[in-house]
Amino acid sequence: MMKGVASSASQGQSPKARGEKTTKTLGMKVVEGSYAVAHAVKCCRPDVISAYPITPQTHIVEHLSQMVANGEMDSEFLTVDSEFSALSVLVGSSACGGRCYSSTTSQGLALMYEVLYNVSGMRLPIVMNVANRALGAPLNIWNDQQDSIGARDVGWLQIYVEDVQEAVDATLQAYKIAEDPEIMTPTMVCMDGFILTHVYEPVKLLDQELASEFLPPFAPRSILDTADPKTFGAFADPSTYTEFRYLQFEAQNKALAKIERTAREFEETFGRFYGGLVDSYRADDAEIVIVTLGSVIGTIKDAIDSMRAEGKKVGLVKVRCYRPFPVAALREALKKASIIAVLEKDVSIGGEAGLLADMKAAFYNSSIHPPIIGFTAGLGGRDITINDIEKLVKKAEAAMKGIESEFEFLSLRTEIL
Amino acid sequence: MEIKAGRLVEPCSTRITLTGAWRTFVPVVDHKKCIKCNLCEIYCPEGCIHQVQSNDVKTLRAYAYTPEQIADLPKDETVFIPDLNYCKGCSVCAHECPRRAIEMVLEEK
Amino acid sequence: MEKSLLAPGHRACAGCAMPTTIKLVLDAAGPNTIVVSPTGCLEVTTTPFPESAWCVPWIHSLFENAAAVASGVEVMLKRRCKDANVIVIGGDGSTLDIGMGSNSGMFERGHKVLYVCYDNEAYMNTGVQRSGSTPFCANTTTTPSGKISLGNPRPKKDMPAIAVAHRVPYVATASVAYPVDLRRKVKKALQVSGPSYIQVNAPCITGWTFDAGTMVEIARLAVETGLWPLVEWENGVVGQVKKVTRPKPVDEYLKLQGRYRHLFKMPDGGEMLKQIQAIADANIAKYRLVD
Repeated sequence: MMKGVASSASQGQSPKARGEKTTKTLGMKVVEGSYAVAHAVKCCRPDVISAYPITPQTHIVEHLSQMVANGEMDSEFLTVDSEFSALSVLVGSSACGGRCYSSTTSQGLALMYEVLYNVSGMRLPIVMNVANRALGAPLNIWNDQQDSIGARDVGWLQIYVEDVQEAVDATLQAYKIAEDPEIMTPTMVCMDGFILTHVYEPVKLLDQELASEFLPPFAPRSILDTADPKTFGAFADPSTYTEFRYLQFEAQNKALAKIERTAREFEETFGRFYGGLVDSYRADDAEIVIVTLGSVIGTIKDAIDSMRAEGKKVGLVKVRCYRPFPVAALREALKKASIIAVLEKDVSIGGEAGLLADMKAAFYNSSIHPPIIGFTAGLGGRDITINDIEKLVKKAEAAMKGIESEFEFLSLRTEIL
Repeated sequence: MEIKAGRLVEPCSTRITLTGAWRTFVPVVDHKKCIKCNLCEIYCPEGCIHQVQSNDVKTLRAYAYTPEQIADLPKDETVFIPDLNYCKGCSVCAHECPRRAIEMVLEEK
Repeated sequence: MEKSLLAPGHRACAGCAMPTTIKLVLDAAGPNTIVVSPTGCLEVTTTPFPESAWCVPWIHSLFENAAAVASGVEVMLKRRCKDANVIVIGGDGSTLDIGMGSNSGMFERGHKVLYVCYDNEAYMNTGVQRSGSTPFCANTTTTPSGKISLGNPRPKKDMPAIAVAHRVPYVATASVAYPVDLRRKVKKALQVSGPSYIQVNAPCITGWTFDAGTMVEIARLAVETGLWPLVEWENGVVGQVKKVTRPKPVDEYLKLQGRYRHLFKMPDGGEMLKQIQAIADANIAKYRLVD
């Protein structure tokens, strides 16, 4: 299991329970999720922030703008003409050796698509919070994870967080991972839009001194410099393109250990840990294990607690790191499962869904072969309720006797079809 | 060649590619006609026309001139000379020369 | 200009105006310069990995974001108190079409960046397709002349006017055929405290189809006919203008180029030639090219 000894006190509790516990802790503040993340960004001391407003990311960049305006943080904040330009500005600043930050969501992330590939290919360790939101059409501003799951192949690392505290902590960790000379890969910290960006929760804000100690200044090997006039971004023909892609692939593989290590180092400094690559909840003896990402985990833990009370052996494995996909950690965490039920807020129309496909791929050549079924739910901001989770578990129970459906839309409103 | 992450490349490194191989016609300068206005140097898309001392054999050899060609140059004079390693034979220099001092000659290779 | 900051060995076509233009820009700017280039002929001909023709620091990201990338470079240089010229050098497709939003943002935010557009009036890197900068009646692979077509049906987009409308403090047109003028304009632009924009007429041997040796002559004729007026706008006001003593008829410019050949063959071509002459005449009147 991925659980750490030192952190076991905070494990195995729902965020609600954790909140009750931690409100007693000194230094907790009830703040909006976006503020907490903006504060974390401030503690990372970025040189340049460039962003374009899009709901529900707006509060993060508004808070950052205010911090810059108040002189609380020494960063350049650029208001630009589009998300495309927002990330493009950071290409220039990052190549000049600056630590760079942006945040976006949904249509904004889609508009950035070409730049996402470019940033990872140029090995610029930019960090970005994605306030996960649905993509149109139909236009929908509410939460799901179609945006960043759809961007799984762009070469960025992706960390999904469960609550605001984790969003804060993952943002600091993200820079440390991304800027490692062996990694040099941009990183998305994905947090559910509205659910986490707009919620007020008790949070322990980062301490600047500790954050600075944890995250050393960004010191890339080469920058755009007239004293050393290198060329950045030459084109590669078929004789070298594959090797550039391979280097990115290799860096992501190296990131697996780095992400794990960084989570542990963070724990040593700050005393908080949420799993490195994956985490689990009551999964040790579970027959049915739900695998998912993001804020829905709180609900699932509550549902698990009540089902456990009824004697159902249900557990959870949380995918914290989705890219690189932690195959070994998942195989280990799920080695005793009788069935795996994947729940995710995205769909691959014409296929199944992102996490489900990756899960099936991770286990296909493994010596353990639990059946894997998948569910999409919570699209476009629809609540995933405890009732939904119980329904999912019933379907998983039935599937243990024989799979009827490998993938389905959970709680589909068939009456309006 | 070593692949480095991020595709960083050393400056001025296209010099290893000798584009003179593209050439069909070669510019031959009549140094007696040349008034050293340097328009050929300015307009040359390759940036490969240079002012050289005619006795600077080392440089002229580096520009791919044969000892015979070097011997034919006027003595102790600054001459405008295309670096034959790179000259693509576009003939812009010949066309722009105000004294018609440059002739494009079919090159035997 | 003994030692060019653009090294030979680049892969531009023989007789291409683009490298001459870049050479002149870099010569005026000097080695304390960082160049940002969008995707295009310039990028592919100068940076085939593992080679680069650039002797100054240079970065390419994408087709439509050079001005944004340059903004990011400029901001970081300022932050580090480093004084270097930041110059974007890109073609007309990236400048007038796909990169317009990014350019507009850079102009409006007031970054100290010189944007140089080498204007060869079509998408040459992809095979001579029409761009917003393609002139009236020019034959391109997407505005071909045909039984019912006389080439590109629209006039050029007026990018200098768009830059002026952004209150860009220094805007100029220049030509590869006028190197002294071009270098002077680059030097002047680099003195400006905010953004500046220079659009350089740069004939393309492949797309315009002419004899390679005539590259400079064609660029000169564009100026001498009034089709490419050499103008400066300082703080929105027309400043120095290159006078044309005796404007040449546009036919002299057009007939040297394959992209206008159809106008001299097709029955309706004559009418189009008159309309192109009218464009030149309007420029001559507007910028008072003739004393």
